[in-house]
Amino acid sequence: MRLGLGLALLGLLAGGALAAPLVQAWLGHDPFAPDLFSRYAPPSAAHPLGTDDLGRDLLLRLLHGARVSLAVGLAVALGATLLGTGIGLLAAWRGGWADAVLMRIADGMLSLPALPLLVVLAAVDTGRFGLPRGEALSDIARITAILVIFGWVGVARLARAAALRELTQDYVAAARVAGATETRVLLRHVLPNIVSPITVATALAVAGAILAESTLSFLGLGIQPPAPSWGNMLSNAQEMVFSAPLVAVWPGVAILLAVTGCTLVADGLRQRRA
Amino acid sequence: MTLAIVSALTWLAMGLMPGDPLDLAMLADPALTAADVERLRALHGLDRPLHRRYLAWAGAVLRGEFGFSRLYAVPAAAVLWPALGGTLVLVGSALVIAGVLGTALGVLAAARPRRIAPLVDALAVLMQSTPTFWLGIMLIIIFAVTLGWLPAGGTAERGQNPLPFLVLPVATLAAANMAAYLRHAMAGMQGELGRDYIRTARMKGLPERAVIWRHAFPNAAIPVVTIAALDAGALVSGALVTETIFARPGMGKLIYDAVMGNDYNLALLGLLLAALVTMLATLAADIIQRLIDPRVRAV
Repeated sequence: MRLGLGLALLGLLAGGALAAPLVQAWLGHDPFAPDLFSRYAPPSAAHPLGTDDLGRDLLLRLLHGARVSLAVGLAVALGATLLGTGIGLLAAWRGGWADAVLMRIADGMLSLPALPLLVVLAAVDTGRFGLPRGEALSDIARITAILVIFGWVGVARLARAAALRELTQDYVAAARVAGATETRVLLRHVLPNIVSPITVATALAVAGAILAESTLSFLGLGIQPPAPSWGNMLSNAQEMVFSAPLVAVWPGVAILLAVTGCTLVADGLRQRRA
Repeated sequence: MTLAIVSALTWLAMGLMPGDPLDLAMLADPALTAADVERLRALHGLDRPLHRRYLAWAGAVLRGEFGFSRLYAVPAAAVLWPALGGTLVLVGSALVIAGVLGTALGVLAAARPRRIAPLVDALAVLMQSTPTFWLGIMLIIIFAVTLGWLPAGGTAERGQNPLPFLVLPVATLAAANMAAYLRHAMAGMQGELGRDYIRTARMKGLPERAVIWRHAFPNAAIPVVTIAALDAGALVSGALVTETIFARPGMGKLIYDAVMGNDYNLALLGLLLAALVTMLATLAADIIQRLIDPRVRAV
């Protein structure tokens, strides 16, 4: 039930994101070009959700924002899952010293004040490393990299716990006796058996990444305008609150739906496993 | 150890940020010549490489000198204390509300699995999924703009009652933090209530209230204490988003402004304090766990 509902929500949003160019062609607006004569236009046939503070169509910006926000969410989850699974497996397999160091790092990351550090990292001038700054794609890459740094911890802890349990099983000993190399034991025997807790962690990582990206973009450190993201559409909300409250509603609803979808998928996967 | 790593990484990251203090000084004062800039750079040690500057700073901190704030032109510690006060009031009350209400609701949900649990469960998912900044904006729109009951932000002027200014920010922050307490209290209690000792306690004829609070709750409380400890760091690092939306002075905004304004001394002091408090709270949580759970002590 939960799994289905969550997948339906995410499917809806992903469909909207994919359909953005179609809707754009149909409505015939440019979501990036300001039109100062129609600022804060109320919802109408031409602008189904109205327009924002620069007269840009809200629905189109919302759909294009979905592309950015979902892309960041998925990319972060992918990166965090790969890194976290690798580290978790390594810690469980090596044990001892390596395990202690890796898990202390994970504990340390958890006990740090995350948001202030995210702010510091997000403010780093990537131009000094020769990377372009301010373009949508490089912003996405930058935010993704930062969030992966914080996102791998949850996956790694779950992967390690699951791998520790599997490594004591008889089939692992049997595989070793049969002459399988350690790499083969880990990748072909242990990994498939710890996939299900990892998928739960991945779904939660997507949720966390979407929230974190929107918060950073809201603060002006994430995706830079004119490229829309659900977070930066709210960055001058202070002023909208009085002039056009409805404008501030939609991006938040989109974030809420996306994160709820991920959380439901994670819960559903967990229940199915239990 | 961790403090040293955190401060070094922060220093490095700030060094990599665009602009340095003197670029900003040049913007502010067009009369400044290139020679002046070089002289000032040397005077403040900005011509030295990053790691040398870091070591100099760390040495001064160990001697108890936290340096001056560049933005406010007073000692960094002097800017910090008022902001810390504002944050303690805001975050402190929000965390108490979130912890108490969240735990109580979670326990209630576990005790009434049929009627209340699904509702609380849905509430927890929603709260967890709501972006804090958007919740704050919605509360402002509803209660400040539309209904006009409460101020939209800021702090009380002299002679005004400060409480109405606190309601919306505290509500926002409490809602954002409550989901974790809810979920863990509920899951923990559901696990405990199915156990044999609970059946024994009920069979003895204990009232249900005693069964839940005296027997089951202490066993389910450990994750709740752990979350409280992790949250305690926010007492010092502040609530940047809530403070920004409601225009309240506090540590979150202070650290943010310091980072953005290249105010090394202030930003580092704030971050270090936050990391320190989080670690102390984690330590305190370990100790409390030992006090309430003899099993942990035995291990």
